[in-house]
This record gives sequence, C-alpha cells and structure tokens, in this order.
Amino acid sequence: MIDRRTLLVRGGLTALAMGVAPRMAFAKAETDRRFVFIIQRGAADGLGIVAPVGDPAFVGQRGDLAADFASAPRLDATFALHPAMAQSLAMFQARQALFAHAVASPYRDRSHFDGQNVLETGGAGAYQLKDGWMNRMLALVPSGEAKAIAVSATVPMALRGPREVASYAPSALPEASDDMLQRVAMLYEGDSQLHGLWSEALSTRALTGDLAANNGQNAAATGQLAARLLAPANGARMAMIETGGWDTHTGQRARLAANLKGLDAMIGALKTGLGPAWADTTVLVATEFGRTVAVNGTGGTDHGTGTAAMLLGGGVKGGRVLADWPGLAAAQLYENRDLRPTMQLDALIAGAVAGAYGIDPGKAMAVLFPNGQKAAALGGLVA
Amino acid sequence: MSESSIALNRFGLGARAGDAAPGDGKRWLLGQFDRYDPRPPTIAAAPSSATVAVALVDYYDRQKALRDQYGPRKQLRAAMAQGVAAPPMAMPVPPPMSAPENATMTATAPAPMPAPLADPFQQARQMANRDARQDYAASVAARMNQSLVTETPFVERLVQFWANHFAVSADKLEMVALSGSLEFEAIRPHVLGRFADMLNAVERHPAMLIYLDQAVSVGPNSQVGQRAAARGQKRVGLNENLAREIMELHTLGVRSVYTQADVTEFARAMTGWTVAGIGRGPGARLAGQDGAPGSFTFVATVHEPGDRTIVGKRYPAGGEAQAQAVLTDLAASAATAQHLATKLARHFAGDNPPPAMVARLKAAYLQSNGDLPTVYRAIVASPEAWATTPVKFRNPWEWSVAAYRAMGTRQVQPGAIVGLLNQLGQPTWKPGQPVGWDDITGSWAGPDAIMRRVEAAERFAARAPEVDARALGAQLFPAALTPATAQAVARAESPAQGLALLLVSPEMMRR
Repeated sequence: MIDRRTLLVRGGLTALAMGVAPRMAFAKAETDRRFVFIIQRGAADGLGIVAPVGDPAFVGQRGDLAADFASAPRLDATFALHPAMAQSLAMFQARQALFAHAVASPYRDRSHFDGQNVLETGGAGAYQLKDGWMNRMLALVPSGEAKAIAVSATVPMALRGPREVASYAPSALPEASDDMLQRVAMLYEGDSQLHGLWSEALSTRALTGDLAANNGQNAAATGQLAARLLAPANGARMAMIETGGWDTHTGQRARLAANLKGLDAMIGALKTGLGPAWADTTVLVATEFGRTVAVNGTGGTDHGTGTAAMLLGGGVKGGRVLADWPGLAAAQLYENRDLRPTMQLDALIAGAVAGAYGIDPGKAMAVLFPNGQKAAALGGLVA
Repeated sequence: MSESSIALNRFGLGARAGDAAPGDGKRWLLGQFDRYDPRPPTIAAAPSSATVAVALVDYYDRQKALRDQYGPRKQLRAAMAQGVAAPPMAMPVPPPMSAPENATMTATAPAPMPAPLADPFQQARQMANRDARQDYAASVAARMNQSLVTETPFVERLVQFWANHFAVSADKLEMVALSGSLEFEAIRPHVLGRFADMLNAVERHPAMLIYLDQAVSVGPNSQVGQRAAARGQKRVGLNENLAREIMELHTLGVRSVYTQADVTEFARAMTGWTVAGIGRGPGARLAGQDGAPGSFTFVATVHEPGDRTIVGKRYPAGGEAQAQAVLTDLAASAATAQHLATKLARHFAGDNPPPAMVARLKAAYLQSNGDLPTVYRAIVASPEAWATTPVKFRNPWEWSVAAYRAMGTRQVQPGAIVGLLNQLGQPTWKPGQPVGWDDITGSWAGPDAIMRRVEAAERFAARAPEVDARALGAQLFPAALTPATAQAVARAESPAQGLALLLVSPEMMRR
C-alpha cells in the first residue's frame, strides 16, 4: 500500500513542480501585511519545545525528556530551544522570532476538541461563538479586499464565518476534517469491527502526524505552497495551516523531535518562499493547551494547561522569550500537574494582529476575543 | 437487513438515489436476466482489443524504424552519452555547455544547463505509455459508468465477479490498455451463458494469452521449436503459465485432481494458441502475422505434435482442437463445479461459504451442464444468501460504486475514477497476480482503508448536490437503516457532512 502521506505530498510537489498555480486569484490586496496561523492540533508540549532549562526543577520533573536539552541552544538565562528547530533558532538570533511561555487560552479543561474550539473561535468557552477569530480579523484589516485561505481541504473553525474564505489542498484525497473523524468515531461506537479499526486508524494518524512524515519534506512542501499563495500581489493575505501529531502520550522524545523538525522545515519554507514579503509577514504558532509537567509511564505526557506559543516574521520584535515564569516546582504547578498559565494567549494574538496591521490593540482585542477576559492586548510584539 | 435491502446491496450494486425499492427482491433479481445488455452504449464506446492492438503494432513499427535509423538503442545511448550531436529525429540540442568567461559566484545569470539529449526510443515509449493509460482510464470509466446507469445491477455484479475470477493485471504496457477488453469482450457476452463458452472466450482473448505468456510458448518438437533448437536458440520453448493457471485458478482449483505432469501435457496441447501481431518474445515473433492484430490465431508451426494425456484422458493429436477438447472437459469436471460453487457462495453468503449451499450450487452446475443462470437461480434460492446480518465487507470497488449510486451520480471522469480506486487500494483490473483480488473481509477491512474511505466520502459530499441524507438513508437501506446511523446523520453539522457520514456508515461498508 502506498502511504497516504506520501500520496499527499506527491500531489503537492507535482503541482508545484509543474508550475501549476493553485486556482486562486484575488483582487489585489491593499495591504502588504501577511498573517499565517499554524495551529498545532493535539496539545503541543511547550516545555519540550522551549525548555526552561534554568528552572532548578526542570531536570527533576522532566526526567528523560530533559535529555534533549543537555546541549540545546540557549535563548536566554532560563530557556533553551529544542535542537530540531535550527531555522527557527536562526530567526531568533536575527531577532525575527519571539517565544511566549506559560500561555493559555481561557479554556481550562483538557478536551482536545473543546480546547481547539476555544482556540479557534476566540470564545471564552467551547461553542460560545459560531465564527472564528481569523474570519473576524478580515473585518479588521485596512482593506476589505484582503483574502484569507486555509491550506487544507476544508475550512477550519478559526477561518469560518460570514466572510468568504478560500481553501486549497494539493492532494487528490485530502485528510478528513477532525470534526468528521470525531463523528465517524461516534457513528462506529456500536459496531465492534469498525470501532476497533477506527480506533487504530486514529491512533496511527496521531502517531504519524504529517509534520513528521517523510523527514519533514511534507511539511516543507506545505510551507512552500502557503508561501506561493501568499506571495503574489493579488495573493491571499491570511492563511491557516493545520498540523497534527502533537498528542504525545507515548514515546514523546522521538515523536516531538520529528514533529518539530517538520514544523521548523515548514516555517523555513515559508520564509524562503515569501522572499522579500517575509518582512511584512507574521507567523503565529499556537496549540489548544499544554501537557503535564511530569513524564507519564509510557515516555510521554498527558493533557495539561500552560504551554508555549511562537511569533515569527520580518516585523516581529524577536530575539526574546516573553514569560512571567511560574516555576516548575511541585507547589508552583496548576492543579498539581500542569504548567501554570501566567499569560493570556488571546492577549498575545490580539497584540500580534494589532502590531502587524497597525490596528488599535483595544479594538483588535474586542473584535477577535469579544467574550474575553478583558485583558489588554500585549503591545510591542510586531513592528 | 430487509429482503429489499439485501437484493439491492448484497446482490445488486447498491441502491441508487431516486430508484424505487424492489417489492419482491427475488423476482427483481431473476427478472434482470431478461433485460441484461452485453454491449450497452457505455461499453461499446470503450477501447476494444482490436483498436488497442493496432496502436501497439504502430508502436512496434516505430521502434523498428528507429532501430533501422540509429541501430540498437544501446548503441544510440552510448553515442549520446559521448556527447555526439543529437540524432536527426530528436529534439533540437542546445550548444554544449562551456564555462562562461569571467564567471564568478555572483554572476547575474547562471550558465544555461544543456537540456537532456532526447532519446527517440524513450520518447516513443512514453507516447505509447500515455496512449495505453488513456485507454485504460477510458475502460475503467466505462465499467464504472455502466455500473451507475445499469438497470441490471445483479448481472453487472456477476460480470465483475467473473472478471476477477479470470483476472489479468494491467502492469505491463500491453496489458494496461488490454485489461478491460477481456471483461468487455469475453465475459460480458457469456455471463448468462454456459461456463464452458466463457472459459473458451477468455482463454482465446489476447489479454489472457499475453498476460499469462501463452503467446510466447513454443512446442519443442514443433517445426519452429526444432529450427530454434538447431540454431541453439535457448529462449524458445514451452511456457506452462497459462496452462497451469487454467487448471489452478480458472477451472479445477488448486490441489485438486491434477498433477504437474498434467500441467505440462496441457501446456504442450496449448502450444500454437497465440495472438496475431502483438506480444513479446521470440515465440511471439515466430508466431507469424496472420490475421488482424490482436486476434486469436492458431499457429500450426509452433504446436507440439502428438497425442496428450491429461487428467487420465487421452487427447489425440488435432491441432487447435486438441486444447479445445481439454478445455471443454475441464469445464465439465466435478472439481471445477466445486471450485466455482465455493467462490460464488463466498461472494453471496460470506467469507466461510456454507457447505450446504456450496453443494447445492455444485449440483446445479453439474446437472445443467454448466449453465450459469441455473447456478445463479440456485444462489438466489439459497436461504444462506439472505441472512439478515451483512455477510460481506465491501471492497473499494464495490464501495465506490455504491457511494456513487447513492449520490445519484451517472457519469464519472476517467482520470478521477482511476485515481480514486488507486487511493482506495484497489486499482481496477490490476490485482498484480492471476489469482485476482481476495473476496474476504480481512483483505479489505483495515484501519487505513477505512480512513481513506472517510476522506473520499468527505470529498464526495463537499461536491455533491445538496441532499437530505436522512431521507436518502432510508431509501438506500429500506427498512434496514440502523438508529445509530440515522442519528449520526441527523445530527451532522451540515447536509454535506450528513451525506459523508451516510457514505461511511456501517450499512455502506458492508453488504
């Protein structure tokens, strides 16, 4: 059997190699600013990506998972970056990448689907809002001509809403949407054969998230494709890319490293593909929630709370890690298990959007996160 | 499952949007025998073995012309590797690369790379491949479209069953374009006739003769064989491939009543059965060019002379008729009846065919002298085939047909349908081996296979005209839709999602 992921990428590469531009022609956008949201579905372990190596409790709490950071590049006195993220490190050193830590959306339970709904709608709780914050963002930017696109077959929640959004996926058989996967799981609940097969299919899918596949080449191809959609004068101005494989309950060390290598390749391909437009681009990388501080019995981590987010791009005031560090000692944890959130992801996103488009931060916060915690958008993130 | 639902799904190809449910399922099935059309317009428009053969002959002629012009391909490639100027028939060649003077790392434009020298042999090959793939796609689409528009879906299912029984595989250039024509030309006309006639038509069809190497088989004591031996040509001789598969797969069944000696004897009897104009190898070239390209021909000069003894019976020397007599006897054998009855029962009553049903089908076959409709009536009359729980997991072809029918699709695009079946894991007419595709659940019910169907269903539904999947579900599975599926469909977030869920429901996955 041909691997599904191989097929996916083959389609993508063929389209690119043949110079077949995706059928996307938008009216020329009046803004040159680009915004890309890379969602990490499955709860990415922020502690395993931007590690607080300076925290005295780090090595004790993280056990084997700390080993990757023994000689990892330091970002500052407290934090080190996972060694798989070489291109992102270079951006950090060029002051084009910023990491925010101990962040969380308003959501405090630990369900992927509810957590992603909050992350994408920008609501204070799951299913409170019917449209996504990126769709509302279209109303915020200077020109109504700016278009948004999902680099996937279907439009994810963050982009859904009254304003028209395109989607483009290079493969003949795109991956099914997470909502569909969830509903199929319910559909098969009472059917022992299909239930078993489906559970296996889902765990395989989680294990082989597309970022890790093909040594990161799939991810790079996706980044390249997104850049092609964003770079032209009449191209899209906002894009969303979905990534999976972050739900590392088992064997986290290898899987997270492979996934981060893919993510790094995707970001690198975006930067390369955008060329001079990189100067006008802001990339947000965020996940629905973090993972437990302690390692579980199967070399992985379970669903948690606080995590890390990233901002990258030519205009990002980077080269720093933003964190009001809560500490990893047992007494400092949230509900005795998770990284305690000390920064609102909403405020980070609103601040990034406001900076990128020169919008009033208060207005950005009110439109993107209308039910929010009434915090002020973070300033000074993007020039 | 209700009787209507079983008739539509287990015996038929799945209910079609808008069609009324059959009142009397059994009558509906048997009535199709009177309405079946062996050569409906969709099939008549598909590439025939004759047109494919003409294209292949053109390609061989082109190759020969190139050899006459350039000498052997090896020689031309060696010359091209030396940088010798492009051959006259090839693409224009850019000037040889030389480093630009004063070249630096920051030169504004890099030196142009020479385009690869075109190899005319390769170009001809690529063109032939492209034509063959087009014919293949047209044939696959014809098969699918016929499955979508047919008013006799039970008979179409039987056509597809026999095409898999007599499997060829679209792997080599010749087979890519020819694979569909076996089903259209040798199976369809005989699906409601006698098995012996279908067997005869299949074993004489160019696709089978080429696929299982019969076209290159030469009797060692034939005129041609003796001449080759005298010249020391070692690659000319007997090929047992087709003879063995006829006994093992097409008729008697593996480990039944024949021995290796029978296979060899049968292979000797079969020598001389070949195809005009096409096919590979020294045997095929020696076979002569009598007859229209692609047509069956008996070449007496490659036929092994003499009497043969096969499965205990003596067949006197008799040219083409000798192997014909063997085939007729193989079709009438009790072992063949047992083999076919087992496969048919497995197809309609489950992976472990009920012995009583197999015995009934076998008796029907033997008593009717291999009359297929008599056997089909015995299937329809078997209570085992009407078990109310699903007995089969649909393979990707069956699922695709059922999904398209459910959506009311009547025509598919050739490229799209070929791609879909590849992605679902069952490229049409390409099982890769003469045994054909498996007909058991274990081969198809895998996690990745289900995931691919879910992906395809979501894609289908996104493009389908908006339908009320709740009403459609009740129509597709009359009195058989489970509450779980009805509920999942009703709760879908959109009509399209409801349709996608219906297409991957347990009811759709099985029959």
